[in-house]
Amino acid sequence: MYRLKKIFTTDSYIVPLVAIVLGFLVGAIVMLVGGYDPIAAYAALFKRVFGSPYDFGEAVREMTPLMLTGLAVAFAFRSGMFNIGADGQVMIGMTAATVVGIKLAFLPSFLLVPLAVIAAGLCGGLWAGFAGYLKAKRGINEVITTIMMNWIALFLANYIVRTFLLLPGQNRSENIPASLSMTFLNSTFDNARLHWGTLIAIAAAIFFYIFLWKTKQGYEMRAVGLNPHAAEYAGMNVGRNIVKAMFISGVFAGLAGAGEVLGVFHYQSVFAASPGYGFDGIAVALLGLTHPLGVILAAILYGTLTYGSAGMSFGADVPPELIRIVIGSIIFFIAAQGIVRWVLKPFYFKRKKEKVL
Amino acid sequence: MDVLGQLLNTTLVFSTALIFAALGGIFSERSGVVNIGLEGLMMFGAFAAAVGGYYAQDAGMGAWAPWIGVLCAMAVGVLGSLIHAVASITFKADQTISGTVINFLAAGSTLYMVKLLFDGAGETPLIDGFSKISVPWLSKIPIIGEGVFDSYPTTYLAIVLVLVIYFVLFKTPFGLRLRAVGEHPSAADTLGVNVNRMRYIGVMLSGMLAGMGGATITLTTTSTFAHNTISGQGFIAIAAMIFGKWNPLGAFAAAVFFGFSQAIRNYVQLFEWSQNIPQEFIFMIPYVLTIIVLVSAVGRSSAPSALGQPYDPGKR
Repeated sequence: MYRLKKIFTTDSYIVPLVAIVLGFLVGAIVMLVGGYDPIAAYAALFKRVFGSPYDFGEAVREMTPLMLTGLAVAFAFRSGMFNIGADGQVMIGMTAATVVGIKLAFLPSFLLVPLAVIAAGLCGGLWAGFAGYLKAKRGINEVITTIMMNWIALFLANYIVRTFLLLPGQNRSENIPASLSMTFLNSTFDNARLHWGTLIAIAAAIFFYIFLWKTKQGYEMRAVGLNPHAAEYAGMNVGRNIVKAMFISGVFAGLAGAGEVLGVFHYQSVFAASPGYGFDGIAVALLGLTHPLGVILAAILYGTLTYGSAGMSFGADVPPELIRIVIGSIIFFIAAQGIVRWVLKPFYFKRKKEKVL
Repeated sequence: MDVLGQLLNTTLVFSTALIFAALGGIFSERSGVVNIGLEGLMMFGAFAAAVGGYYAQDAGMGAWAPWIGVLCAMAVGVLGSLIHAVASITFKADQTISGTVINFLAAGSTLYMVKLLFDGAGETPLIDGFSKISVPWLSKIPIIGEGVFDSYPTTYLAIVLVLVIYFVLFKTPFGLRLRAVGEHPSAADTLGVNVNRMRYIGVMLSGMLAGMGGATITLTTTSTFAHNTISGQGFIAIAAMIFGKWNPLGAFAAAVFFGFSQAIRNYVQLFEWSQNIPQEFIFMIPYVLTIIVLVSAVGRSSAPSALGQPYDPGKR
């Protein structure tokens, strides 16, 4: 009980909340300058998300990959690495799930689906782990390797889909028999594409928390993230921790890919360009202050805003790009906490005076 | 027409934007500020060049219009980078985060403004952009003449800037101070260098140069600004900067390498033997090659030692 009280009395939640308010304010000012009605726009945004069971379900669908890519980036951050490559790991995860789902379709589905999901996580993990290996063994900056591997993943995924899985005459794979969809919710949510990936994401967040803060291995990873030299001096194997952390990070991203192909699309397209999951993941991880609970909340916020932004353009004629300005500003205010504290200063003084009295 | 010369020429067209942006990245990171926002800064530049160039052309400035576009791009790039500077230097925010913010704000605000300025259109109106200039009698040299001395003015500018910036960074007091601030800020501070001011200058220069990089793309390649005008070039520029070990000459070589691998895509398909290789593998070559080169290169990549750390005089 005391701990719960502590969570809500420290300012760890005040700054993000104020940052969100300030972010919406910046968006409103930008809309006013552009001659739009911000109140109508924000109303349309939330109406789009909460207006119908279908839209609500679709918004949850939008949040799911964001949770997992956000966790992926956050996990790497905690271990001192910047994984820009979640995008590629998602694509590799997708491809692995698609290949297993189509090529092993003779298996009963209680075997096929878990197998496809495991393949996605494993391949995503290995893809990221390779970048970790290069960093551990050769000291190659993971930023550059993961950027390169994003492109390689894009072309590799397209090659595999085009050569082995193509639906004749189309720019996509055959339909995947394996499915993660929650079909029993179809009537409640009006056929919104809800799938088990959402629960996988929440399980991943719980794993993230327990592993990093309650196990010895997690302790080592955080130590390596905070100060690799000190960790090495304390007898920890820095290289192995780097590879392991990148692997786990990649598993999260790969699972996001499995959810997208097995739960949402039920096929895999040939991508013209990078689908951008990983870059959204960076934003979500930063919004969530790289804490698993924060990441989940950030993904909910981010998913609400991006899914609702389409409503803004229909409902209030505001370009949906505006929402990127709002998200960017929120992250800006969270990052530059000094500004938020400066805004809050008068209120803080007041409260302290009251306490003295 | 000579195939090799053409290939070299196309290589330089693709490389120019990367050279500008990578040089920008060097200024920022040498001063100790991570700049993951190059992508966004290029976007700002590409947008400003397209809009500025359009209005200048509309006002009848003819051949000068693209230069107005470049100036606008430089100005907007600096403004964009100021967001990064204020957050990460003055307010000591995490530099990776504020760089990511730039990418977001750029993607949002540029398209928002395009829609505002041009009645909801998804891209800016087409403009003329730069035309190639051939240098008298140097362009007569076989291969190199056609490849190098018949290029866009931005390409010449980029090559000159590589040399100038190399000189500035390594042979002038200003460059020494900038590097000192990125290597050991408290030592530099002790010797009377204003750490935060140097970092502001570094970040603003990076905004200016990345803006020019973005401008190059609209003014020489696409002639318009749309949502996909800048799609990953900023990240490739970051890769070029790291690949080139934060050195202008190295970054130049890396940028040309990436440009070459972009260009070779179009040429490889002319040969018959390439028909048997799936196109995706040809597209992959530059990225695989980069990793191979990095793996086989001797020596670790050596970033400036204070990179990523806000300067706090009270901390030792």
